[in-house]
Amino acid sequence: MLGGYHARLLVVDLSREKTSILELDEEVLRKYVGGRGLAVYLLYKELGNRWEQVDPLGPENPLLILAGPLTGFYPGIKVVVSGKSPQSNGVVGSVVSSEVGLELRAASYDGMMIRGASKDPVYILVNGDNVEIRGAEDMWGLRATELIGYINRKIYPELLRKSPAKGVPREPAYLYIGPGGESRVRTAAVMAKLAHAAGYGGYGAVMGAKKLKAVIVKGYGPLPRPAEPGKLRDLMSSVWEKLISRQSFRQWGTAAGGYSTGYVSSSEPIRNWQEEWHDRRELGVQSIETLWAKRFWGDYGCPTTCMKISVVRKGPYKGSVTDAPDYELIAYVGTNLGIFEPEKIVYMSSLVDELGLDAINTGNLLGFVAELYEKGLITRDMLDGVEPRWGDPDSFAKLLELIVERRSLGDVLAEGTYRAALKLSEMLGQDVTRYAVQVKGVAVGAHGVRSKLDYPQPHAYAASVQGGDHTSVATLPVDSDWGELWMVFADSAVICAFNAVDFKTMLAYYNAVTGASLSREEWFDQHSRRILALQRILLLLGGPDVYWDPRLHDDNPDRFYEPLPSGPRRGMSADRGEVSEMLRKYYAELGWDEYGVPTREELERLGLGEAYQLVRRVKNRFHLK
Amino acid sequence: MPSETQQFWIMRDPLRCSGCRLCEVACSLHHEGTVWPEASRIRVYELVPGVDVPHLCSQCDDYPCVEACNFDALRVDERTAAVLVDPEKCTLCGACVVACPGRVPRIVPAKDHVLICDLCGGDPQCVKACSNAGYNALTLTPRRPSPLHKLYAEHPLETARRLAPQIYGEKQVI
Repeated sequence: MLGGYHARLLVVDLSREKTSILELDEEVLRKYVGGRGLAVYLLYKELGNRWEQVDPLGPENPLLILAGPLTGFYPGIKVVVSGKSPQSNGVVGSVVSSEVGLELRAASYDGMMIRGASKDPVYILVNGDNVEIRGAEDMWGLRATELIGYINRKIYPELLRKSPAKGVPREPAYLYIGPGGESRVRTAAVMAKLAHAAGYGGYGAVMGAKKLKAVIVKGYGPLPRPAEPGKLRDLMSSVWEKLISRQSFRQWGTAAGGYSTGYVSSSEPIRNWQEEWHDRRELGVQSIETLWAKRFWGDYGCPTTCMKISVVRKGPYKGSVTDAPDYELIAYVGTNLGIFEPEKIVYMSSLVDELGLDAINTGNLLGFVAELYEKGLITRDMLDGVEPRWGDPDSFAKLLELIVERRSLGDVLAEGTYRAALKLSEMLGQDVTRYAVQVKGVAVGAHGVRSKLDYPQPHAYAASVQGGDHTSVATLPVDSDWGELWMVFADSAVICAFNAVDFKTMLAYYNAVTGASLSREEWFDQHSRRILALQRILLLLGGPDVYWDPRLHDDNPDRFYEPLPSGPRRGMSADRGEVSEMLRKYYAELGWDEYGVPTREELERLGLGEAYQLVRRVKNRFHLK
Repeated sequence: MPSETQQFWIMRDPLRCSGCRLCEVACSLHHEGTVWPEASRIRVYELVPGVDVPHLCSQCDDYPCVEACNFDALRVDERTAAVLVDPEKCTLCGACVVACPGRVPRIVPAKDHVLICDLCGGDPQCVKACSNAGYNALTLTPRRPSPLHKLYAEHPLETARRLAPQIYGEKQVI
């Protein structure tokens, strides 16, 4: 038996109001590991034969909350949220920092599968061996900090009374949705703590569709026994030491990117990606850090603590609290909206957190709307009087309300950038998808490809199985560090990519915990490819509302083919010839055909011969040879 | 390693605490041989995100927990001044938990005796983990009789209530 696993998931069925256990067999765990890999496998098994018909927001789509074998052992704590994505209609392994992974493991589960849907608002409470589905009427509608207060005042005291432990058990961990998820906004996140979000994928909408406000978990036991505790302790100390030595990252987190990604790399979204370069020094981390009430903030077992807490203490945005904000938020609810002042960005960041929206996909949507408004394609009347203006957080706050409440055009916008663009193109009688900076329904992360000074390669997003996700980027050669096959390891063993060290050490870690003897070759030639191939097939199956023809949609957003208008890389753009050449190479290295469809031979080599039936359905839909 | 003769206690500063729980990991590895959050003798509470409250025995001068034990299961180590638990005698009655002004001792399922910080015999692993990472929220401090130690034995909810407004102002987060 593999060490480091309980080899079971807690299954909660909201329609039937029943709970059960799903045992995981060793072979599955060896191949699919946990987290993203396990999500892909479970979804393929359960829904593969009718994937196109499954509505991501219907009761058939399970919400998965999965830890991995390294959860709680490897420094830092993450958990993967997944299911059929209401953004990509494929599978996104959406990773969030949350002790829910730790508490589930302490309660003797490696994760949860939440099935069905409730009629009325509910929350799930796991307290040791006890699992309950409870009414959440009082919680529905609460924003993030209100919900935190509610849990502290109403639920934690009850846990103290009913705890199987004496003394003061630590607070439970929880995942929740804000008003955005409740309204099934497709850019809604599954939230943790204050500002931690499983953002990519839109799983906040999945929770909302299930009428599930929160999952609250408290466990009391040890983590499952690691295979080689002595080796594990040595590895833990050596990884701690490596991470502690990364001083500037620890000091500034990703917030330093707010200035440098624009000024140095020319790859920061500005006004819906109309530009990618700026020289706004006031956005430097030296200004942002003046707002920090806490410089080092970390999750369980993390020596890096790249999170920081910002508080605005005076002026019109007084009282706003958020994390760093980290780079992606500085970019997406800052520069992408023409906002460059740190206080205003903290305000915007706190607002999307409070509403339970993913800042990347939501900031992308707001930028898209603002550009259409700027161009006169949509009007004040369509937006119920709201006038989104670059640099004006108050106008964007109003737009957010419109979207979350689904008022007037907000109802269309709540479907996310891509779906809103399709609908608007219909309504306006002209194509506005060219202003939607997304790939396969997922906003492109805040690292552009035009300048060639940032890490994503020209085909990085075009070929990714998670669309615009900047963490799962297609990279050549395929076994590169930070490439997709590498990230599948991080997301499946479930470790924080910011705490990644050399692959050899991470493998040794995995082997010490599980007792397996996984080699680099086995990972990059077998396991990771099996997961990636299945994830790719499910993405191409897509549906029920939109589908991705690889010949059309394995591509950059149109905007990336427009020349950069400013900065040292002025005039540069993505090159169609180069992108298709890299796509071709990428597919070939993975054993996929010219359209990026896994071949029968490759699937058979991976022991996935039966998945070829799904491939057939993809080929038929798009008439691929 | 502190000198053999000097006694120490662990001073804690919630304002420096990052919430990283390296202390908890180090503690449970040392005492339980694995990662076991609830069995850690030191615990960091984060009822409110960013408001981190390190919580562990502060060795009160009058040791109310030892006084309260009816089974002679607790004693004070002469060398370190830490409270030591005799697993054979402990009945898990919880009298020590109630007697502690900070509700610090812990009884968790699957452990057959109460858990109290034993200062790792004089070389606390939590302090090492914290100072190696540079946070210094825990520091080893020479121990002299003082009523101040007892002020640190406080229910984590109380500490969190006091500290939360530093970040959240008037918001009702707790």
